[in-house]
Amino acid sequence: MKFGVIIFPGSNCDYDAYMAIKTVIKQDVEFLWHQDSSLRNCDCVILPGGFSYGDYLRTGAIARFSSIMKKVMEFAKDGGLVVGICNGFQILLEAGLLPGAMLKNTSLRFICKFVHIKVENEDTPFTNLSQKGQVLKIPIAHSDGNYFIPEEGLRQLQENNQIVFKYCDKAGHVTPEANPNGSLENIAGIFNQTKNVLGMMPHPERASEDILGSGDGKYIFQSIVNFFNKRK
Amino acid sequence: MDRENENHLAVVYVKLKDGVLDPQGSTIKSALENMGYQGITQIRSGKIFEITFQKDEKRKPEEVIDEICRKLLTNPVIEKYNFEIVK
Repeated sequence: MKFGVIIFPGSNCDYDAYMAIKTVIKQDVEFLWHQDSSLRNCDCVILPGGFSYGDYLRTGAIARFSSIMKKVMEFAKDGGLVVGICNGFQILLEAGLLPGAMLKNTSLRFICKFVHIKVENEDTPFTNLSQKGQVLKIPIAHSDGNYFIPEEGLRQLQENNQIVFKYCDKAGHVTPEANPNGSLENIAGIFNQTKNVLGMMPHPERASEDILGSGDGKYIFQSIVNFFNKRK
Repeated sequence: MDRENENHLAVVYVKLKDGVLDPQGSTIKSALENMGYQGITQIRSGKIFEITFQKDEKRKPEEVIDEICRKLLTNPVIEKYNFEIVK
């Protein structure tokens, strides 16, 4: 299986994602440049965290018009696996590949810390090696992670089981206190309707080995490989 | 020919839709209250863009600016806009 990690001007988690896949998950991986017009036969495309285009205008708003994003959108429509992490999630929202939008954290602070997230849906390409209700310890690092979607959109997310991760406490309780940024319904990650595009604010690539404080991020990357090998 | 007359100037105002949480607006409001300003009931923050662009006989300036607003300047999920063609 081959992963591709897109580098936008201002991406800063590109190498973390690359290293997690290459050295921990031990799969093929290559960098894709934002001006490229090919995904070079990658089976899963990762939009990494960072501050693409300096977060100017709105987070992800300008990266969404990069030439490689045309290919990402075609790839996603054809069922290709796409993962947006943090700024990558914000880009997918702006591109319309995922519903909703990001607001500033209610605290107005940049929050960089480990949080706990609860797996709400395990029947997906990205979570099939975890269990429903499982609590993962994965760090967040963002200023704009306050997920918002109008009421009608929220109902659709709930009806289609598109909410994949919710912020929770260590014991798995989804409470207002466990919500770091004000996200609606404690939402930390969602899929598109066809469940081949994942967006999440926490950084699994920063939690892929125990020496980093947690190895829980591995579940996500290994689930993708597991899904791919079974589909093959 | 005077180049000034070849250009339009549009001013675009973008703000969060009513009902969408505005953490910046509420923080500014509490700062003003701490400074002693009484009676401020709400502050909604936003952005202004001044766009200077060449006149085009084929397209109305309103049409061009409206398209720019929809495609890039705003995110319709959370923001609304209005604009004026100043000249």
